[in-house]
Amino acid sequence: MKGRVLGILVLLAWGVAKLGFEGRLEQRMQDARLGGFKPTASLRQQAGQAGFIAALGGLRAAVADMLWIRAHMAWQDVQYGRMKLLFDTCTAMQPRRVNFWDTAAWHMAWNGSVNAETHETDPVVKKAKMREFYELGKDFLLRGIESNPDSWELYDRLGMLYRDKYRDMEKASKAYDEASQRPGHLEYTRRFAAYYLADVPGREREAYGRLMALFQESDHEWLPTLFRQLQKLEVKLAIPDGDRIWHTVMKHAHTPGKEDSAYTALSDLIKTGSKEREVLEMARTLEQKMDIPAERRVKFPPQAMRP
Amino acid sequence: MTADTPTPAAVAHASAHKLVSARRIWAIASNTFRDLVRQKVFYFMLVFALILIGTSLAMSAMTFKGQLETVMDVCLGAMSVFTMLLAVLATAMLLPKDMEDRTLYTILAKPVSRFEYLAGKLKGVTMILFVATLLMTAAFCIVLHFWQGREIENILLTEPAERAKAAIAALKTGTFTPTLFGAIGVIFLRSVVCAALTMMLSCFATSWLFTVIVSMMMLLAGHLVPIARSAWQGPLGTSDVPLHLALLLRVITVFVPDMQLFNVVDDIAGGVTVANEIFLRIAGLGIGYIVVYLLVGWLFFAWREL
Repeated sequence: MKGRVLGILVLLAWGVAKLGFEGRLEQRMQDARLGGFKPTASLRQQAGQAGFIAALGGLRAAVADMLWIRAHMAWQDVQYGRMKLLFDTCTAMQPRRVNFWDTAAWHMAWNGSVNAETHETDPVVKKAKMREFYELGKDFLLRGIESNPDSWELYDRLGMLYRDKYRDMEKASKAYDEASQRPGHLEYTRRFAAYYLADVPGREREAYGRLMALFQESDHEWLPTLFRQLQKLEVKLAIPDGDRIWHTVMKHAHTPGKEDSAYTALSDLIKTGSKEREVLEMARTLEQKMDIPAERRVKFPPQAMRP
Repeated sequence: MTADTPTPAAVAHASAHKLVSARRIWAIASNTFRDLVRQKVFYFMLVFALILIGTSLAMSAMTFKGQLETVMDVCLGAMSVFTMLLAVLATAMLLPKDMEDRTLYTILAKPVSRFEYLAGKLKGVTMILFVATLLMTAAFCIVLHFWQGREIENILLTEPAERAKAAIAALKTGTFTPTLFGAIGVIFLRSVVCAALTMMLSCFATSWLFTVIVSMMMLLAGHLVPIARSAWQGPLGTSDVPLHLALLLRVITVFVPDMQLFNVVDDIAGGVTVANEIFLRIAGLGIGYIVVYLLVGWLFFAWREL
């Protein structure tokens, strides 16, 4: 009896002493974005009793995967409503799994909306349903970002959603901007942020500045979309001829040893709208100098050369 | 030899009657380890291997993203459950079996204290758990390596060059990470905590079945401790929870170990990196639990009529 009483007293003392430590550790883990799983009644309903207990007992990730596979099967059966519920549960169980949010959003905004577009006959209902799916996709991405604020991928997908589905280039540009500020981002996110800003009415001057910064950064940035957007803005903002990019590209073309990259840049410039006589002539000169076969030579636009 | 210098025989005698002797604990531990090996506890590895192979085969049939993470989730989950079950079942049997075989009386009739006996038993189970975790980790690494190769092939086939290079680099640096092995370390620590808890319960239990059931219930309740804690946050009486319920929840939080703090594998499989400082704190907490449960187990056992 004495041993039991002593034992219980030790347990009590330890229990009280550990409370503060455990509370602080839990807080620290939450700050480090560990956990974040909140058991709710809807989770219980979706995961089933066994699944819910397993999730609480340390098999949360495995249960979430099982539900993920079920969601995949629901997709194969074209059950978008069921998929949405399963995705909600999976993402609630594993809020730090970026690919759960990403794929859930993709299924909703792309596959779901295309399914509505294909199968709905009434144009008004079709539009409304497609919009609803876009919103569901956006909602997954925004909630995913809330749980994973460091994920460049989710911002990237949000940018893609705004660009391809909502045609909202301002928001797309902002999302790509956010993506480009996150660790591990790919280079194109920075470019995309500037490219799409050029399509936002009223922000052309700002976009021109950013695109010119990219243009001046390095000739590695001289990509067709950059040329297209810059040439479009040069016309729109009535940039003086002497300040236009084709002069810089021409200077590059006159640099000895840079013929290869200069020809690529010149042909991209022509393909994206340049009609300057000097550009076209220089392209032809380089083609002859580099002995480029006829089938690989850049095709000039049908319009007359600009003097 | 002066009169003050003890004779070798006296030294040996004094050593034999030290309050706690590492040699005696080791002797009991190694016997416990051998005994558990003889009981074929490692047969569970066959089931674990089947789960690994089954998961891999199931994943091969699927064509959705994240197979590697899924394999990781299932394997780490299986490791977590198997080590916990092994810890509870192996430990719950120790004392009742020794009592039934009368081995316990033979051991305690020798100059072996009850504390040494318990510490030796716990050490033996810890050794078994360590070997089991090591074997499972080896199998897990082989499967993970295979799936990493599959994922790289998939990336090379589907992604453009710039993305593929970055994705492969991210995959390679994100698969076999120190965090992953830290998480496996936490799984092992958690299993030892489970063993210590079970041992403490078996020190006053009258049957191994009672020990197993109560241990399992306590461990399950342990995973709900954060919910209980969040229900009575703030001083007593200030939360929305009724006072009697708040008191009950506080009692649960005091007596039941918070097992969710040892549950980091779910997040690690999702790619979360855990700071070393968090691992150290978890280790500190785990060691605290093990020491306290061993001590309480000894207090229960020391006064027990055998």
